[in-house]
Amino acid sequence: MADLKIDFAGIRSPNPFWLASAPPTNSGAQVHRAFEAGWGGAVWKTIGPPVLNVSNRYGAWHFGNQRMLAINNVELISDRPLEVNLREIAEVKRAWPGRAVVVSAMVESTPEAWHEIIRRIEDTGADGIELNYGCPHGMSERGMGAAVGQVPEYCEQITRWVMDVARIPVIVKLTPNVTSIVSPARAALAAGASALSLINTVNSIVGVDLDTLEITPSIGGKGGHGGYAGPAVKPIALNMLAALGADPGVQTAGRPISAMGGIATWRDAAEFLLLGASSLQVCTSVMHYGFRIIEDLCDGLSNWMDSKDFATIGEVRGLSLHRISDFKDFDLSFQAVARIDESKCIRCDLCYVACNDTAHQCIDLFDAAGQAVSPRSYAVSSNGRREAVETRPQPRVREADCVGCRLCYNVCPVENCISMVEVPSGREPVTWDQLVKSRPEVTEDWDAMKKYREKTGIEIH
Amino acid sequence: MATNGLAEAFPPLTQQEAIVESHRCLFCYDAPCIHACPTHIDIPGFIKKISTGNLVGSARTIFDSNLLGATCARVCPVQELCEGACVLGKDHKPVMIGRLQRYAMDYAYERGGPAIGIAPPTGRSVAVVGAGPAGLSCAGELARRGHSVTIFEKRALAGGLSTYGIISLREPMEASLQEVAMIERLGAKIEIERELGGNVSLHQLQKDFAAVFLSVGLGTTQPMDIPGEELILDGLDYIESSKLDPAGMKIGRNVVVIGAGNTAIDCATVAKRLGADTVTMVYRRSAQEMTAYPHEFEFIKKEGVTVCFLTQPVRMLAENGRVNGLECVRMELGPADGSGRRSPVPVKGSAFILPADQVVKAVGQQKPVVAGLQTERGFIQVNTELETSVKGLFAGGDCIRARGSASTVMAVQDGKLAAAAIHSRIMGSIMNRR
Repeated sequence: MADLKIDFAGIRSPNPFWLASAPPTNSGAQVHRAFEAGWGGAVWKTIGPPVLNVSNRYGAWHFGNQRMLAINNVELISDRPLEVNLREIAEVKRAWPGRAVVVSAMVESTPEAWHEIIRRIEDTGADGIELNYGCPHGMSERGMGAAVGQVPEYCEQITRWVMDVARIPVIVKLTPNVTSIVSPARAALAAGASALSLINTVNSIVGVDLDTLEITPSIGGKGGHGGYAGPAVKPIALNMLAALGADPGVQTAGRPISAMGGIATWRDAAEFLLLGASSLQVCTSVMHYGFRIIEDLCDGLSNWMDSKDFATIGEVRGLSLHRISDFKDFDLSFQAVARIDESKCIRCDLCYVACNDTAHQCIDLFDAAGQAVSPRSYAVSSNGRREAVETRPQPRVREADCVGCRLCYNVCPVENCISMVEVPSGREPVTWDQLVKSRPEVTEDWDAMKKYREKTGIEIH
Repeated sequence: MATNGLAEAFPPLTQQEAIVESHRCLFCYDAPCIHACPTHIDIPGFIKKISTGNLVGSARTIFDSNLLGATCARVCPVQELCEGACVLGKDHKPVMIGRLQRYAMDYAYERGGPAIGIAPPTGRSVAVVGAGPAGLSCAGELARRGHSVTIFEKRALAGGLSTYGIISLREPMEASLQEVAMIERLGAKIEIERELGGNVSLHQLQKDFAAVFLSVGLGTTQPMDIPGEELILDGLDYIESSKLDPAGMKIGRNVVVIGAGNTAIDCATVAKRLGADTVTMVYRRSAQEMTAYPHEFEFIKKEGVTVCFLTQPVRMLAENGRVNGLECVRMELGPADGSGRRSPVPVKGSAFILPADQVVKAVGQQKPVVAGLQTERGFIQVNTELETSVKGLFAGGDCIRARGSASTVMAVQDGKLAAAAIHSRIMGSIMNRR
């Protein structure tokens, strides 16, 4: 069985799954129950200056029958007194010495305020500190959270204040609401941060109520931007994680990254590990289903690792990072085409309409006799289950014209029905970068491009 | 009006059920359910609109193809039509298209009926004979195109078999009558207790109207020519009583229903649900030749009805005018007959008596009789435009169903196609006159 233990910048936990700093870690009683359920660690809901919260704090994005593909919130940091939080943190850590207890903090931007909070957190016996530079709403209006994370200089300055006094590991949590995630990451590392975590929530307005015309969620008739999280943000988080993995500056520092953003299943978790995460934080799916989801997160990840002969989390970490590439380095001669498994096809024709209306018009419909037919080619007098099913045409890819865009593969509702098959293009591998260097005229002039295509046999449909 | 035993079998979907179910639809392109529906309703289109909360649009999408969508949602053999063709049926359960259609229809009728645009008056009139589904569909389609339509109906209530002949379990009478009211709101006038050959003359209609549409249905139940037949109840009358006056209806303790079509199944259901101790269906052919839909046959078996195949009634038994049994003989299958089905022949010495105090026959209706029209296998012959052998005289519904099985939805489509043909004929003549 795979070993899921991690040692994250000196913070140890029996598995890589930590509850992210958020409502699930609002109190000692909650974290206690989460640890009973099996969570490897918890990042306490951010503590800091006094706040008051509002109601109607969470909005959500639903799609079809799937509830809460993303949540959006305008909740602030912990609204419980600092002393209560610090006392409960100490109690939880004493009760659970083997679990990771990390405390998220955010205070006014002065060295005194930061020194004070760091000392008080360390007094609890916590394993680490996470600096919340990411909260995009409310706190940022008071000069904290994203107001810090969005300016690399502030990010570096405050991290230095913290590192001046901190004796336990310090994780800097980054906001995704920036043009480049690399700059604040480098700034934090330059100031000596022990580790990074990302992503915090994404700026968002989750919707408008069509009955009342109010913003969702409505706070006494008003609304505004809130932090967006959950399965829908996972691709954004993966991209930012990979961006750090691909940055030489960040990589040279050799500090671990705790990743989060839409992790709902062990499959998501494995993907984050493969792109360089050393620990994983989870919030929205716990808010959806409760602490119990930890069971399959660990079980599924462990079984997948066994099936791939990975013994430790360290063996998985970053294995796919070397595949992250710029467009200019992709092989332009690689060719794949779509192929439909007719034994699995249910003839919903979603591939046909997607290809025909919005892609490259290379799926045709064939009747039982093998004749190409148009949609709706039945007579108005034709009806009934038998006629409809038996004369239903079969979609088939015209492979010579398929550009391999993969749209049909994505819309097909049947598992493993459409596959993308690599076919020989008959051309030597070449990248855009190589073309720029070897044949610059092809990349600058359409006539030269035309000649190049004719010579190499690249047909555009 | 129905007693509990015959209360509508399926409750309406709740909003939650409808939304969850509508999201199951894959929104197939050129969907097979549309092909399978005789009226070719844009099914994924109306289901998508349920999922987005556009119920007004959903109902209108249905009405665009089928003015009697509320009846069809209840009585269509969806297993043989739209749902039978659903691509999700291959691996799991098809989308509940019928019940979603009813959800959209209920929404429209609960708010005073659909908002259907009506074209400016054309100044032309059309007569429709018979206010069953074909007649109502044709009348409604013509009325929305601006024609003046008069429907002549021999009964006291319009709606035809939807009103009188479909058991309440499937369609309560109110559902049919609300559609009749909707057709009237489109502008069609209904004259009740006007019967062709009685107080309505076809010749006069042809003189007074630009076109005539015959949707006269079929006749009474065919005679069986067995001794004591006068003691046998007519299946359609039996169902009609169950709709008009279920509480006052006399149900036998041991009921025998002759026949194995969908009407026979409805009669057996009425008997069972309204209190008979035993209900037995007898059919002279075997299960393979039975015309009832497979899902109906499954239903009746679960109701606890006994079905005796290869059993031919030969004589009614009665004492002092009170029925006490039906004498039958066993049959075996011989060579194929004219209909392609193997014809049953009696087994010698196999006579036996089925005890019964009530016998109902549902062995098919008699062919329509309209003098002067060419027929096909006893039904009124029409061309692809639903025009009979007489110019300007169109026909549709059960009275033309020489092939295929008669159904409400086929009748609705006939009415729709005939209306389109009549409309283009009338508009053509108006253009020519200019």
